[in-house]
Amino acid sequence: MTKTKLVRTVIVTNPQGLHARPADLFVKLAQQYRSQVEVSKESLRVDGKSILDILMLAAVEGTPLAIEVTGDDAQDALDALCRLVEQNFADDLNP
Amino acid sequence: MLRLQGIAVSPGVAIGEALVIDNEGFRIPRRFLARDAVEAELERLDRAIAASALEIERNRDAVSQQLGKQYGAIFDAHLQMLRDPRLRAELDEMIRERHYSPEYSVSRALRRYTKVFESLESSYLAERAHDIADIEKRLLRNLLGRKRETIASLQSPVLVLAHNLTPSETANLDRQFVKGFVTEIGGPGSHTAIVACALEIPAVVGMGPFLADVSGGDLVIIDGNRGEVILQPDEDALRQYQQEAEQGRSFVAGLQGLRDLPAETADGTRIDLMGNIEFPDEVEHCLDRGCDGIGLYRTEFLYLGEGPDPDEEAHYQAYLRVLRSMGGKPVVIRTLDLGADKVKGGTPIAAESNPFLGLRSIRVSLRNLPLFRTQLRAILRASVDGNVRFMFPLITTQLELRQAKMLLADVMEDLEEHGVPFNRQVQVGIMIEVPAAVILIDRFMEEVDFVSIGTNDLIQYTLAVDRDNKEVASLYNASDPAVLKLLETTIQSANRHGKSVNVCGQMSSSTTYTMLLLGMGLRQLSVTPAAVPQVKKVCRTVTIPQCEAVYQRAMLLENARDVKNYLREELKKVLPEIAV
Repeated sequence: MTKTKLVRTVIVTNPQGLHARPADLFVKLAQQYRSQVEVSKESLRVDGKSILDILMLAAVEGTPLAIEVTGDDAQDALDALCRLVEQNFADDLNP
Repeated sequence: MLRLQGIAVSPGVAIGEALVIDNEGFRIPRRFLARDAVEAELERLDRAIAASALEIERNRDAVSQQLGKQYGAIFDAHLQMLRDPRLRAELDEMIRERHYSPEYSVSRALRRYTKVFESLESSYLAERAHDIADIEKRLLRNLLGRKRETIASLQSPVLVLAHNLTPSETANLDRQFVKGFVTEIGGPGSHTAIVACALEIPAVVGMGPFLADVSGGDLVIIDGNRGEVILQPDEDALRQYQQEAEQGRSFVAGLQGLRDLPAETADGTRIDLMGNIEFPDEVEHCLDRGCDGIGLYRTEFLYLGEGPDPDEEAHYQAYLRVLRSMGGKPVVIRTLDLGADKVKGGTPIAAESNPFLGLRSIRVSLRNLPLFRTQLRAILRASVDGNVRFMFPLITTQLELRQAKMLLADVMEDLEEHGVPFNRQVQVGIMIEVPAAVILIDRFMEEVDFVSIGTNDLIQYTLAVDRDNKEVASLYNASDPAVLKLLETTIQSANRHGKSVNVCGQMSSSTTYTMLLLGMGLRQLSVTPAAVPQVKKVCRTVTIPQCEAVYQRAMLLENARDVKNYLREELKKVLPEIAV
């Protein structure tokens, strides 16, 4: 099994930051992949499959986040997660 | 055994079983599990998580149906938090490796998250702390099931250990079984402290975080005299404190006989011994011990409860009750002393960086004239039913005193116009709590009927020590020569002007200082009702020349420690059984 490690940086564009609902969506998506997902803000690095960890990043609007994915489905996972953040968590979020 | 130091707020020693309560007023049960219970407890945690998840799902579905899917989504986030793999790993580790109970583990883990979230700079994200607290409560409810008990339904004597107790929690305590209090936060002015004093049970506050070190059912000693709390004491400590508690009890029992005797010195000088009260109920404690009056009736309790500000009638009824119970004996009502640590609902109106140097006490009253007038009117109306006296707190300048008096005169005129009866001759005094007032004490004496020295604040302002700050609390010392000098100045000025002078505050309640104060020329003391018998005993044992000698010698000593040791030695000489 190949263990690919991929990293990409995305900017949080959601005006309220990565709060509970976007964090929930992010974690739910991350959990669909076998790969390990880690998210870093500056020197703080957390588990991308834990909502408590993600919330602790306190990622407000404009924060650059480095998403690092390790595993055999890394490419798919990274693409999907980055798309979610870049597309401002799609239309699921905003009432 | 673990010895911890906090701030002593209500004297006495209590030994007993710990009741640890969380911020919802629920008991947190024992911390440790039996070794063979681990698997069963993990299953219990699973069931609690599943039950909580079900509740959250139901909420989500109900909300989604009524308001739309996007509103239900917040509950998805809650579910996600509840099932968080890292949280679960943490809980498993605590239960499996450290043998913590699931309740204790849940509380500990989730509170850590709550703290982190609270500290986040983005206010929107900091709000997540509420979500976590919500999940904690839900999990605890499911874990505790029927075992969940509130502190209102106690069945055996306990010592209550809590982060803090709200006024309503304290009010709901079963007073028959609570034998002592310890809280992590709070100072001498905190509500817990006041209630503990009123209930006359030992209490220590401002311990800092310690609840993680104690578990429900642990043996605990509360030393309300020294501010010490001992968790899981060893045999020696236990024996020493049991002895002390026993001595205390038999000594107090022995003082019962003093009730109807005056606080007169052995050489025949009459001392007025009065009581400090907060709640109208406490009048009974004063009467039971034969007080000569109420030297300090604090009126903040009217404001610190839940609900809207009290109206004139609520003030009036409270004052009337006290005045009628006391008959013709003097009752000194201190007008509102709000601000600093005493704020409504526990939250300051506007955060001040130095609340003790800020908008508090008389300053608040003079800025909120309608509020102040309401209280003045109520006191004046009550003045026909007893011997009431006005006392303004924290007076710093003559201008403040004149403003307060002018307002009082204004309110009197109002009442007169409307034909409402009141006592025009009512006495007006000030509390001496600020060094500035002592420096100009002779000028103040010409404008007041009496003064009362509030030692708690006076010490704080003289020594520049915030008495609620654990870091510097040890510098706060009534025995400091500078403090004694201010007391001497004030008492002598009052005596020269023929004005009555009293000392209220914790210093007068401590028998260590009784001889010193009498030696300085003080003939009136206002003390916490519990201290009346002891102080009376000292008064009745000593002579004025003896006290004067103690005072003369104490004033020559160089530092607070020497003064205190000396005063304790002198007290021991005359009353070995009373000295602490």
